[in-house]
Amino acid sequence: MGFLDITRATKSYGALKVLHETDISVEEGEFLVLVGPSGCGKSTLLNMIAGLEEVTSGDIAIRGRSMKGVKPADRNIAMVFQSYALYPNMSVRGNISFGMEMHGIARPERERRIAEVAELLQIGQLLDRKPGQLSGGQRQRVAMGRALVREPDVFLFDEPLSNLDAKLRVDMRTEIKKLHQKLGTTIIYVTHDQIEALTLSTRIAVMYDGHVQQLGTPREIYDNPANMFVAGFMGSPSMNLFPARVVAGRDGPAAEIVLAGGGSAQLPFAQGRMTDQVGREIVLGIRPEAITDRDGADRNSRAVHEVEALVEITEPAGSDTFVATQIGGRDVTGRLRADVQVAAGQRFSFAFNMEKAVAFDPRTERRIG
Amino acid sequence: MMPGVSMDNPVAARSRGFSPGRIVLYLILGLFCLYYLLPLYVMAVNSVKPLSEITSGGMMSLPDEWTLAPWRAAWSQAQVGVEATGLRPYFMNSILMVVPAVALSTIMGALNGYVLTKWAFRGSTVLFGLLLFGCFIPFQMVLIPMARMLGLMGLAGSVAGLVFVHVVYGIGFSTLYFRNYYAAFPTELVRAAQIDGAGFFRIFWRILLPSSGPIAVVCIIWQFTNIWNDFLFGASFSDFDSQPMTVALNNLVQSSTGVREYNVHFAGAIMAALPTLLVYIVAGRFFVRGLMAGSVKG
Ligand SMILES: Nc1ncnc2c1ncn2[C@@H]1O[C@H](COP(=O)(O)OP(=O)(O)OP(=O)(O)O)[C@@H](O)[C@H]1O
Ligand SMILES: [Mg+2]
Repeated sequence: MGFLDITRATKSYGALKVLHETDISVEEGEFLVLVGPSGCGKSTLLNMIAGLEEVTSGDIAIRGRSMKGVKPADRNIAMVFQSYALYPNMSVRGNISFGMEMHGIARPERERRIAEVAELLQIGQLLDRKPGQLSGGQRQRVAMGRALVREPDVFLFDEPLSNLDAKLRVDMRTEIKKLHQKLGTTIIYVTHDQIEALTLSTRIAVMYDGHVQQLGTPREIYDNPANMFVAGFMGSPSMNLFPARVVAGRDGPAAEIVLAGGGSAQLPFAQGRMTDQVGREIVLGIRPEAITDRDGADRNSRAVHEVEALVEITEPAGSDTFVATQIGGRDVTGRLRADVQVAAGQRFSFAFNMEKAVAFDPRTERRIG
Repeated sequence: MMPGVSMDNPVAARSRGFSPGRIVLYLILGLFCLYYLLPLYVMAVNSVKPLSEITSGGMMSLPDEWTLAPWRAAWSQAQVGVEATGLRPYFMNSILMVVPAVALSTIMGALNGYVLTKWAFRGSTVLFGLLLFGCFIPFQMVLIPMARMLGLMGLAGSVAGLVFVHVVYGIGFSTLYFRNYYAAFPTELVRAAQIDGAGFFRIFWRILLPSSGPIAVVCIIWQFTNIWNDFLFGASFSDFDSQPMTVALNNLVQSSTGVREYNVHFAGAIMAALPTLLVYIVAGRFFVRGLMAGSVKG
């Protein structure tokens, strides 16, 4: 049993089931990110943990204690909302102190803790202002401060950075990560931004359509996606997914692909993979960084194969150049070094790192190898 | 910068210069203004002149002899109904009626709005619909049932009875105001307060009410004006000693024991109108602001 256990929890609004049976066990000190597209049920699950939404069936337990019938205030959690939800009529100090006041913490202790978080978050000079007089980033800090002073068992974050501009978002992301390393408190964090998920988390739950699609470390999710949804959703630019057929090649099974213009090519799988799948139609998944130029290919890989294909578009992006071609009728993007000479309309020899390739069943979209 | 400058110029020029069209416009507006102010002028000048000046045909002219006697008479000496008490006791009745009625209907409307938006329950929309329906039932329809209810409750013919009637009638409107205002109030704030450990009433007092200033002003002005000016309920449900100002004013004008003292009537009428005027002047600034709130973000 973990620190926070979600056991077969579901949520329905009338006949509408928005969260299907979910099992997640969070260890103390973990940074769990719930990620998924809009409407997939992330906030719902977070609100169930907070006690703001009732659990329709199943249970949620913190430190082994079932949270059934326990009010949000008595769960020893703190939450940071997307809109920050600062009380507009109270000063920053009032906002931070309100929760402690409600929990009957004496004034001197409140003052001490306010001073402490003000120091930690560098909001000391803002304490007497109203939320309306703060910038977005400052509001975000105050919202964090309000959560921090509670010294909770679990922090719940619901898209805390999505209202910030791009630069500030990156800065605050780093700060949240630092804060987690410093305090070591368990955090459950909702976002629809897969980069945030990958950079912050110790574990990720990828959600879609009310189901947890995959639960794992960022590395597992990135390298070994459980299905095509996870493969396509995590990573940017997203994983290339294109149809292929498993054939018996010279040195074992290979993926036969159709190139733009009608030709075909074979990409042998890495040693020992897909041996029992010969003849099967699959969807092959390869991330852009595993499709490179010859010199940019991973030297440690023992399954790099080159295929010549027509370049359709090149997109220089400073450090890399993204190059698109077509395989099996799908756009496929490769990530080349910036100084590679390549132009649209040319043929170019792409190096595929098949150690990083994954295969899915085209019908069930599940991972097969 | 350049587009901003060129955008500003025509506006500035227009507001500084006085084109012929504008002068005509202001003239017309000024005439309208005078026209609307005329009744008030007539009331005011005639309430400070002796009766003889009015009866001799000088309705529109300023008094030759200025006097406050009509005001004193209307306030404390004139014959209202059977006794010569002036309007003072009835003014007090109206105050005793309007203050609790406005306070109660506003607070209950605020609570209703809070529950209907932030603690919605099965059937809350239907309930709100019924409350709204209550706003639009004509007064006349409820007179007889209400009289019976007041009788059963032992409130017939008392100021408390009038307070009750006005609160019941006012709740529909005050709920409408607050519900619409609170619908735009972020629910996340309520959730944050719940997590912070505040309960139902604490969230209301500490989080919602402090942000309700504009709508509370709208509601108070609305209720005050309606309840103070009400005649029908006052005439139907009060006794001689619990009559509100509006009914007493009517009695003052109607009690014809001799000559009609127009100057006293005018003074009485102004007295009856003063409180609503005062409320509007003091709080009116917020009125427009409150009516706009919610429709415009920010
Ligand atoms: N009160 C409700 N009644 C009915 N359906 C609801 C209710 N609240 C949420 N839903 C539905 O539940 C689903 C999940 O909503 P949720 O807010 O958890 O999404 P989310 O993953 O947080 O999305 P976002 O990224 O947009 O915040 C949505 O399809 C939504 O329409
Ligand atoms: Mg959400």
